[in-house]
Amino acid sequence: MAKNHITTTINGDEYEFLCDTEQTLLDCLRDELFMTGTKEGCASGDCGACNVMLDGQLVCSCLVLGVEADGKSVETIEGMAHGDKLHPLQQKFLELNGLQCGICTPGILIAAKALLDRNPDPTETEIRYWLAGNLCRCTGYDKVVRSVQAAAEEMRKG
Amino acid sequence: MDDLRYEAPGTLEAAVALLAGEKGEARVMAGGTDVLVLLHGDIIEPDLLVDIKNIPELNGITQENGGWRVGAATNCMDIVDHQEFSAAWPGVVDGVKLIGSIQVKGRASIGGNLANASPGADTVPAIMAAGATATVFGPKGQREVPVEDIAIAPGKTSLAKGEIIVSFFFPPRPPHSGGAYLRFTPRTEMDIAVVGVGIDLTLDDGGTCQAARVVLGAVAARALLVDEAAATLIGTAVDDDALANLAAAASAACRPIDDKRGTKEFRVKVAAVLARRTALIALQRAKQS
Amino acid sequence: MATDLDDLTYDPNRKLKVVGTNPIKADGVDKVTGRAKFGADTYLPGTLVGKILRSPHAHAIIKSIDISEAEKIPGVKAVVTRDDFPDLKPGPMRDISVICMARDKVFYDGHQVAAVAATSEKAAKAALKVIKVEYVVLPHVIDVMDAIKPDAPILHEDLRTKGLDDAPDKPTNIIQRAEWSMGDVEKGFAEAYLIVEREFDTKPMHQGYIEPQGCMANTTEDGQIELWCCTQAHFVYRSRLAAILEMDISKIRVTVSELGGGFGGKTNFYAEPLAIVLSRKANRPVKMVLTRNEVFRATGPVAGTHSRIKIGVTKDGKFTAAECEAYFQTGPFTGSAFANAPQAIFTRYDLENVRAWGFEVACNRPKVAAFRAPCVPQIVFGVEGVVDEIARKLKMDPIELRLKNAAVEGYKTIYGDTFGPVGFVETLEAAKAHPHYSAPLGPNQGRGIGCGFWFNRGGETTASLNITPDGSVNLMLGNPDVAGSRVSISMMAAEELGISVDKVRPIIGDTSSLGYNHSTVGSRVTFSAGMAIVQSARAAIKVLCQRAAIMWDVPEDHVVFEDGYVRPASTNVGDFEPLSIADIAKKAGTTGGAIAGHAEINAKGAGPGFGVHIVDVEVDKETGGVQVVRYTVVEDAGKAIHPLQVEGQFQGGAVQGLGWALNEEYIYDENGCMENPGFLDYRVPVCSDVPMIDTVIIEVPNPRHPYGLRGVGEVPVVPTLATIANAIGDAIGTRPRSLPMSPPKVLKLIEQVAENGVDEAYVA
Repeated sequence: MAKNHITTTINGDEYEFLCDTEQTLLDCLRDELFMTGTKEGCASGDCGACNVMLDGQLVCSCLVLGVEADGKSVETIEGMAHGDKLHPLQQKFLELNGLQCGICTPGILIAAKALLDRNPDPTETEIRYWLAGNLCRCTGYDKVVRSVQAAAEEMRKG
Repeated sequence: MDDLRYEAPGTLEAAVALLAGEKGEARVMAGGTDVLVLLHGDIIEPDLLVDIKNIPELNGITQENGGWRVGAATNCMDIVDHQEFSAAWPGVVDGVKLIGSIQVKGRASIGGNLANASPGADTVPAIMAAGATATVFGPKGQREVPVEDIAIAPGKTSLAKGEIIVSFFFPPRPPHSGGAYLRFTPRTEMDIAVVGVGIDLTLDDGGTCQAARVVLGAVAARALLVDEAAATLIGTAVDDDALANLAAAASAACRPIDDKRGTKEFRVKVAAVLARRTALIALQRAKQS
Repeated sequence: MATDLDDLTYDPNRKLKVVGTNPIKADGVDKVTGRAKFGADTYLPGTLVGKILRSPHAHAIIKSIDISEAEKIPGVKAVVTRDDFPDLKPGPMRDISVICMARDKVFYDGHQVAAVAATSEKAAKAALKVIKVEYVVLPHVIDVMDAIKPDAPILHEDLRTKGLDDAPDKPTNIIQRAEWSMGDVEKGFAEAYLIVEREFDTKPMHQGYIEPQGCMANTTEDGQIELWCCTQAHFVYRSRLAAILEMDISKIRVTVSELGGGFGGKTNFYAEPLAIVLSRKANRPVKMVLTRNEVFRATGPVAGTHSRIKIGVTKDGKFTAAECEAYFQTGPFTGSAFANAPQAIFTRYDLENVRAWGFEVACNRPKVAAFRAPCVPQIVFGVEGVVDEIARKLKMDPIELRLKNAAVEGYKTIYGDTFGPVGFVETLEAAKAHPHYSAPLGPNQGRGIGCGFWFNRGGETTASLNITPDGSVNLMLGNPDVAGSRVSISMMAAEELGISVDKVRPIIGDTSSLGYNHSTVGSRVTFSAGMAIVQSARAAIKVLCQRAAIMWDVPEDHVVFEDGYVRPASTNVGDFEPLSIADIAKKAGTTGGAIAGHAEINAKGAGPGFGVHIVDVEVDKETGGVQVVRYTVVEDAGKAIHPLQVEGQFQGGAVQGLGWALNEEYIYDENGCMENPGFLDYRVPVCSDVPMIDTVIIEVPNPRHPYGLRGVGEVPVVPTLATIANAIGDAIGTRPRSLPMSPPKVLKLIEQVAENGVDEAYVA
């Protein structure tokens, strides 16, 4: 039973791992690399808890095979802070109670960052539709959206 | 337990050879947003996955002979972000925008959406209404297929073993043309269409509809190109009477089922409502173009 | 001014420095960086993957199970079936054991039948495929009203209805009947000018927490068990595991991970005992994480119901009597908490004559679990609809009608308690005064009002507070933190000790570190664990005072604690500089040892909560699609310890109710199998479905808690279903009586109105 040997860049560092063909990128991040910040909520691309950036594209890592990540660059929640400086999104989510249980939070932060990197001044509607693929059951989304708005404002100030 | 194999060929010929030569079950994979769900849900058990994303002909959005060629594996976000294509074919992009979530759109493709052959696929009514043709490549070479001839039943296409959808050609648009796609879902996003309607129409200089294509999704085993519905618009100014006739024709054409996403009765009613609304948007876009 | 350490009642004059602010919670940074460890996030060397074989049938006899082929699969280290679990005598523990491992019958699609531990998921899945189970398929029944029919398929031949005088001696699915009543409803109805009586039905649904259940079990050769899992109830799990595995409680150590949502659904276990027994058999750790499909099919969902509500009222709007008869689906066994309904559904109105009874009904689906306020929102869906209809028929403002009937302090409830100070009137008045209530409505829009009540609970709680050698503080808590209780409790500790909340670090201890704690349920944790920590803090303060007295060599009663310092009680005591906690802690070793306080309580005095919701909807009259366009939650929190947390509870509950009201339901095929066990077709609200949720926190302090707080977790979901239904009724001219109010159903009602005109109540 030969496994696939994958080399990939994650949060700027090179990683190598072995995996079965069926293993998703999500499985590999968690079970082969022990990067458990990315979560499994549904394994079918409906909840967004597994969001990562793959070569600059926001994706569900449960819908990407580990083998597809070979030679590519991945960004996960573990790379969002810079040293001990939290990203403004992370900071605002903390200050404005944009998270309760926190299980959806890594996925939402990755998705929100992808939005703000592309559109630094989104409307409430744009934020809501961008995050439609990120389910949250605790917050009712209100403070999630407000946290994103506050972070966007902070980031626009530079 | 034989291991699942994965290949990512760089040419069409190599891909076709892998698919045609596979003794077991081979599956084409582009974005993987359908295939991986089926795989991990234990609904399919292929022996070989052929990843076609590295094949140049399957990627890209380019102008060609006054029309547009879109690689079948081009991801939906790239299509949505392509300003000129979106301006030329807003109805198609309506459908593309409604696939899944932003994350799913980052991987999903029109080729995959069509090849998956779900009756409720969001891009299919729109590309059928657009009169797009699919370039298909297989062991016997290349052929051009109107997109409405690809899906034949839920999960089934007319493609032969070893054939791949390579790209889509959207023909040059006459002036005063416009298209739109609407669907009904209970939530604002993330649902499969209960009913989908794609309409494309062309007006003459006087504002009379001279050509129309009306397609209904999620109301039959595959998307329906409804000539009778188109006929209600052709020769009219797409006024209230024409729209009422359109609505009735749309309802009449439905061959829906009761399933977890909607009842027959509901689909028939909503098809009428959406047909009218879609036609109005297509009309507006046709007038502005 | 120093607090009276022995007085645990609320002091309105106390100046607060920490309570009422919004510090960042201690677990927050870990959660925004991905560091926090949830149920599926542990890894141990040698861990096996555990997978469960589930029944494909809704109801069947298990004739035989043959695991011989499965055991031969390379990589498989253990296979377990019903043969590996002790038989227990009838009772709740046996019910739980049967839920975790079917015995002679399977009772629902997804019921657990066998389990495998293997070195890879692939091997485990291959093993499941070759376990041969011989079933004899039986007819099944799911809908509650189908299950009570005389010819319904029977789940338990020996079941006879409890709580019924002269219960017939024949097999039934009705497990029990429970009734609460007071006064004389016949008399009350006779006095009524107007009686409104309606029937309602609600479909079953699921809590929809985003984190599937996940656990890791590790056993030793001498019978110790370590279990890591996400749960709201690790002490309860420990007791139940000990009971169903027939072993000492103290040999099981349950560590609770961070919890990715529970809402009442993670108070029962499914995989945990299987992981433990597999781990014993394989002598290796076993990790078991449920898939989303398994979560929907086979974990405790929410009861579907049918109810009849009848309310009588005088001409000027005073309720004279109220009656409710309701049926609750429970799954194969009792445990639905249906008894909450008769006690809660009318409780907020100043009624003397009430009769409410309910039936708990067995059916072929998993045993239900709570979804906040168990079994109550579904019935309030009907109650607040009847109240709405009464308001319309009497041409009274709906809030005025409720104010006229609002219960206040001194009201004796149907369940026996007498209200202390309560905030129902205040929430109604705040709702009435809110700009939302008088904002104009657009075309195709409607507005609804609804209100609700929840008891809020106290219960068994333990905690300890340790002052470290530098004066910073560690809290050991015993209740999983579902959404911020840790920070609120830390704030109370900080307030008591007069220090900054940053100096207080809480952890949730495992079951070996504290005495028994009841589950995180009932909106009880901030109240009860807060109470326990306040008591612990005050015990520690007493020790601090004793130590300061030793350091100053003065009698104990010559010192007082105030604002974080111990100082002489008066100038007569001597000229001593006040000692900070840090000063005293530094010297703890020489004055008697470490300084701590702890409490083991059965918290009492939880104060009831009330909520009033205002909702605007927009209805697409051609498709039946409903959009909630504006939402305001007004609720009494007693005292908001951390206002942003409290707002978050209001908003989360409202949106959960929104999904429940509009789109969430279990869809079954003709074989009784769930057709929509995934987030694609089980439709929880997405971000673009909902507006901002405005919140108003009312504060009528609960005098029986040192900080005046009331639980807030459950009230927010209670009125939601009814309020949205009232809004849709307002928009279309007939009030929906069946949940969910999905587009096809709403469209049908719209067509009814088009044909027959609006309902009488909506005639202007």
